Amino acid sequence: MSTPRLLTVDGNEAVASVAHRVSETIAIYPITPSSPMAELADEWSAHGRQNLWGVVPRVVQLQSEAGAAGTVHGALQAGALTTTFTASQGLLLMIPNLYKIAGELTPFCMHVAARTLATHALSIFGDHSDVMACRQIGLALLASGSVQEAHDLAAVAHAATLRSRVPFLHFFDGFRTSHEVGKIAEISNEQLLAMMDEVSIAAHRARALDPERPVLRGTAQNPDAYFQAREACNPFHAACPGVVQGEMDRFGQLTGRRYQLVDYHGHPEADRVVVAMGSGAEVAHETVDWLVARGEKVGILKVRLYRPFPAQAFLAAVPRTVRALAVLDRTKEPGAPGEPLYLDVLTTLAEAHAPGPMPVVVGGRYGLSSKEFDPGMVRAIFENLGRPEPKNHFTIGIVDDVSRTSLEWERGFEIAFPGRTQAVFYGLGSDGTVGANKASIKIIGEETEHAAQGYFVYDSKKSGAMTISHLRFGPGPIRSSYLVKQAGFVGVHQFQLVDRLDVLELAAPGAVVLINAPHAPDELWDQLPREFQQTVLEKRLQLHVIDAVKVAQAAGMGGRINAVMQACFFALSGVLPRDAAIAEIKKSIEKTYKKKGAEVVRRNNAAVDASLAALFPVPVPGRITATRGRPPVVAPEAPDFVRRVTAVMLENKGDLLPVSAFPVDGTWPTATARWEKRNLALEIPVWDAPLCIQCNKCALVCPHAAIRTKVYGEGAVAMAPHGFKNVAFKGQQGSEYTVQVAPEDCTGCGLCVEVCPAKDKANPRHKALELAPQPPLREQERKAFDFFLELPEVDRTTLRLDVKGSQLLQPLMEFSGACAGCGETPYIKMLTQLFGDRLIIANATGCSSIYGGNLPSTPYTVNREGRGPAWANSLFEDNAEFGFGIRLGADSLRHLAEVVLKRHAPVLGDAFVTELLEADQSTEGGIAAQRKRVAELKARLKPDGLEACKLRGLADHLVKKSVWIVGGDGWAYDIGYGGLDHVLSTDVDVNILVLDTEVYSNTGGQQSKATPLGAAAKFAAAGKSIGKKDLGLLAMGYRTAYVAQVAFGAKDAQTVRALLEAESYRGPSLVIAYSHCIAHGYDLVHGLEQQKRAVDSATWPLYRFDPRRIPAGQPPLVLDSGPGKLPVREYMRQEARFRITETLDPERYRQLLGWALQNVTQRYGVYEQLAKVVVPQVAAIPDARPPPAAAVE
Amino acid sequence: MDLSVDYLGLKLAHPLLPGASPLADEVGTARALEDAGAPAITLRSLFEEQLTQEQLSTFMATEQHRELSAEASSLLPEPADYRLGPDAYLEQIRKIRGAVKVPVIASLNGTTPGGWIDFARLIEQAGASALELNLYSVPTDPARDGAAVERDTLELVRTLKSRVAIPVAVKLSPFYTSVSSIARGLEEAGADGLVLFNRLFEPDIDVDALEVKRVLRLSDSSELPLRLRWLAILSAQRRIPLAISGGVHEVTDVVRALMAGATVVQVVSALLRNGPSRLLSLRAGLERWLVEREYTSVRQLRGSMNLKACPDPSAYQRANYIHLLHGWREHPGVP
Repeated sequence: MSTPRLLTVDGNEAVASVAHRVSETIAIYPITPSSPMAELADEWSAHGRQNLWGVVPRVVQLQSEAGAAGTVHGALQAGALTTTFTASQGLLLMIPNLYKIAGELTPFCMHVAARTLATHALSIFGDHSDVMACRQIGLALLASGSVQEAHDLAAVAHAATLRSRVPFLHFFDGFRTSHEVGKIAEISNEQLLAMMDEVSIAAHRARALDPERPVLRGTAQNPDAYFQAREACNPFHAACPGVVQGEMDRFGQLTGRRYQLVDYHGHPEADRVVVAMGSGAEVAHETVDWLVARGEKVGILKVRLYRPFPAQAFLAAVPRTVRALAVLDRTKEPGAPGEPLYLDVLTTLAEAHAPGPMPVVVGGRYGLSSKEFDPGMVRAIFENLGRPEPKNHFTIGIVDDVSRTSLEWERGFEIAFPGRTQAVFYGLGSDGTVGANKASIKIIGEETEHAAQGYFVYDSKKSGAMTISHLRFGPGPIRSSYLVKQAGFVGVHQFQLVDRLDVLELAAPGAVVLINAPHAPDELWDQLPREFQQTVLEKRLQLHVIDAVKVAQAAGMGGRINAVMQACFFALSGVLPRDAAIAEIKKSIEKTYKKKGAEVVRRNNAAVDASLAALFPVPVPGRITATRGRPPVVAPEAPDFVRRVTAVMLENKGDLLPVSAFPVDGTWPTATARWEKRNLALEIPVWDAPLCIQCNKCALVCPHAAIRTKVYGEGAVAMAPHGFKNVAFKGQQGSEYTVQVAPEDCTGCGLCVEVCPAKDKANPRHKALELAPQPPLREQERKAFDFFLELPEVDRTTLRLDVKGSQLLQPLMEFSGACAGCGETPYIKMLTQLFGDRLIIANATGCSSIYGGNLPSTPYTVNREGRGPAWANSLFEDNAEFGFGIRLGADSLRHLAEVVLKRHAPVLGDAFVTELLEADQSTEGGIAAQRKRVAELKARLKPDGLEACKLRGLADHLVKKSVWIVGGDGWAYDIGYGGLDHVLSTDVDVNILVLDTEVYSNTGGQQSKATPLGAAAKFAAAGKSIGKKDLGLLAMGYRTAYVAQVAFGAKDAQTVRALLEAESYRGPSLVIAYSHCIAHGYDLVHGLEQQKRAVDSATWPLYRFDPRRIPAGQPPLVLDSGPGKLPVREYMRQEARFRITETLDPERYRQLLGWALQNVTQRYGVYEQLAKVVVPQVAAIPDARPPPAAAVE
Repeated sequence: MDLSVDYLGLKLAHPLLPGASPLADEVGTARALEDAGAPAITLRSLFEEQLTQEQLSTFMATEQHRELSAEASSLLPEPADYRLGPDAYLEQIRKIRGAVKVPVIASLNGTTPGGWIDFARLIEQAGASALELNLYSVPTDPARDGAAVERDTLELVRTLKSRVAIPVAVKLSPFYTSVSSIARGLEEAGADGLVLFNRLFEPDIDVDALEVKRVLRLSDSSELPLRLRWLAILSAQRRIPLAISGGVHEVTDVVRALMAGATVVQVVSALLRNGPSRLLSLRAGLERWLVEREYTSVRQLRGSMNLKACPDPSAYQRANYIHLLHGWREHPGVP
């Protein structure tokens, strides 16, 4: 056994490293938190990395996990060694194929970063609910609890499936293990090769479909055969645990790391034992050690092989002295007599002990959706087991004040480990804090004997997202699979965070605190809020300050402070000698950035060199001098729910909320984002009223509805606060006009300033909108914005709905967590302005469901009447069908309302009822009139009587509802295309808005079928060589769907027109919307210019296909943009996604450019011809109708 | 007829050299230039800002959104090896070197000391036979006086020369208080040739959009006289070989430039306008011109009309203007 190579990697990489080496075919689809495994495999294959047998595995992306599973099934049938990676909903989509693969006894191993299933809400975080949905399939389920175990057991699983023929699902905790960075011993190629049984591989190949020795699989069996044939596999499942143990033993011999099917750790005569799987078992392991050292007889049973359940091994591992067991499940099965592992343990013990007495067994749930599971909780579980009647079916880690299931635990409890350093770092997603910490862990892992661990927590926003890094290092192993609770070092990488949350919460007494602040050491103290000062004094913390932004900027690094802060961390923490640390940081910079250029390396190094000279201790005066406290999280006038629940979550203390704080069914109030004042913008737009031409384009392009326009009567400004600006409205005498910024909600993206066309003639640099520093403007503009909101809204019924008019309407989606400069949200905002008070949105999972519905705050909001968009997210794959269903349901209720209304005709009068039933609701005026009639109807209905009551309840359905199906290109082009296509084939009145970023933005930039030719994306790292799918043309094929392609940055009037036409069309409508995105790789302040370039180069033609033109004898397709007047390469050269392709292989890129031009020209040429085509008018021929469908089947 | 010249340590078959331009971007056109008799191929300038800006923008584009959210630790794929502009440039040198038999001259643009200078060595390693340093900048900082600008320029050339063994020509602009002085400084700093002069991007104003645009016009023969003057002066004062760049379109332009003292005549706009074959006709025209007038070599022509050799040196100097003016006044009949 040679000394292993030590690696510092996360769980995903640890697993992918094994899977890639032992596979020939890998079929993938992105899903959090498993995507990095697929990305790495793809990257490695793209770089030509070979498997154990000298072949580069073929990695292919499919349109969904269902597609990936089908591909896997096929590849296995062809005899290839095959793997895949997935999680959560992805695993659910694979289930049908997994049944097949298992039923056919096919050697196959897949890896799952176990993640919560979407129920009352989606969650990207970790628990076992996805894996537990697979326990009945006939797969072997093997659990890992740490990064090292995930690496090791991945190898065991691949080996065991070959020998046992039972397919394996190897799983480990999503995020907690998949994203934890740790130092592990690598399995060498020789060791891995020794694990792979060549005879079994040959046997697998021999079973493959092959015309040389043909067989048939997938028969249809009948009552005479199926049952017996199903039982025929039993010996294989029965033998499986033995095979796994055999592989574990072989692995132990090869590597020295030994595993059991069920590992017992603890007191040999334990009376209380916890049973668990995954990372929770590691926490229990650590706690058991602590308790045993204090004389307690406790232990932990780590179940590694969960299916086939190794009953014998389990019984053999249970100490004979056990009185009570607590079985922990990281999943929930409502209505079941207990969670699955609990039931399995109970059954096993009962079968073994029957008819005699058996130990007490209780079950409990923990850690759903990555909820913390720490030693304090494990202690509480053992205490529960020590009680005469321990609580059964308990929960741990939450306060359940509704069903009283929860155990209490000591929250601050942490086990101290001698020689261990713990540190936390508060940063922003964009400042590189996480990246630098990952680099630090690597340095410490590789340069010292210490074990190292890093875990990173992100908030749910895409702009200004906060990150908290939790780092540990010291003598290993580190089993602490939970957040740091007592940190000896706290790094505050962004000064504004001291006002946002309690950044010293985790500081241990005497801890070193490093703050990046634009203040001198002797000035810092007075800039800190009272609570901060108090904690510093109470805990006797040592404060240090550096103006990292200044240092970084001087080094030419812009706002990238990561290298600076990293240098300071090493200098202050003393983990390594100072000089050695600096040398190592530079080495890591050289390694990471060398390929990005010498200048990048030079500047990073310059930043490091300048850091320590700018680092100062902060004198602490020994008393509180602050004149201010941390500002309240939400304003005191916020609604009760926002103050009670949202505010707690905003403060990063959501863990403290009890069960009773939450709605029972996942329903959540809208209009809460307005209470979260994030103050992200360093600079906000300032309006020059006289210069403004009142075009309203600023409001249209704003991704966060943070700049708005209003027209109102002259008298309204009498009470205006100081600084409120207004000017005579150009469109209407006697009216005033205002452009107002929401200073605390603006992200400072600058799109409004970019789009502003009003230049000062004498000084064209000055425009009607200009950015200015936010802090001095904050107070004045906040008051002005509050006043602006109070001003009366414009009368919808008299407004012309063009670009200008639409932007006078109140946006009902505001202040979302979308990226600064987002190219999607302006479209959704426009929907809410045009149709918001009668809008229902079905939202596919993706960016738009995250900024639309990720807690804590909700951006969809209501107008003065309390009306606004009703929004729901079902799944990723089903959104078209989901919205279709919403339409059908709403229509049913409208029909019912009409039927009931007609029954009331004798009471209400025929004329009134007819008016209600036949109202023209095609205009805002018509809708307003109908709303009035409905109000009258409600008023006229008798207060009592069942029928009247029923009609009153249904009356609102007489007002037209606008159903929009919204999602990204991953949904529309790939995973949801089947459903989308079906919905388009119907005559149902739904509207589909595709926010096309041409890539899977939310999961991290994987290619979709919308990704254009030449663009590099994950899973297409070399640049896509196939053109973008023409979704619009496919939809036009039906000739019964309205189809439009739009780009608001290129031609906003066409966008407004298309949305209005789509909504008014009484059938399915599809609007494909160009959405610039950070995944394109440029500063989004140029997003609008890029949209223009896309249209001007004919890369993104604008058009509207309206079936209503067909009967009029006009061509249904109208082109709204011309042939390419800008070279395609001029559009492409601006974006890093294309430039990466070019840098990889300039020669190939030139070729791709040629194809791209060809593609664009051909596509436009086809449209140009179609735009001349009149659909022939042919009278219906009755005889040509097909026979009734029933006759066929 | 002996048309051969020595320039930057290279023995060139004739003095007509295609200057730095996009013509050498493609192997095909580089070959066409060779077929048209180009004695060397000059690559388009790689700019200092390309070296730094492109690195930094790629760095920012990929790093800025890293670790953005729990779901996306990055948004773009990470190629095993970035081939930034400079790498592509080196590749281009190698490729052109492989495709043509004549020497390849690389061209680098920069004015401030920085990491980009190291790149000159890579250019050398990639097989460039010589390097043309393009001193293209618009000094706008009022705190930096002319002396400081020139001092830094000379330091830059010294540094560059210390890093590479291949000859370095310096291409400068005419905007010096004393072109003679800077030329001497450059020669002393180790420059192996001077190229007169740079043509700068010039601003233009869009009167409707109220925007400033950068334009680069192709040159015409009107730009020749300025260059002729300085060729004539410098070739009389210095030993360093001179090349002309800008304004050479006709055979007579070529002859004038050589007479004024150019060793090498760079042609760009004429080739961009008329294609590589224009080089053939210029060369043939030069040869014909020399034969018709019974010159024996191009060397005989070079500098024959410079400050030292021409019959009336005052024509090149300030007196030129005064003289004509005086002559006019003296003309009878003018008050």
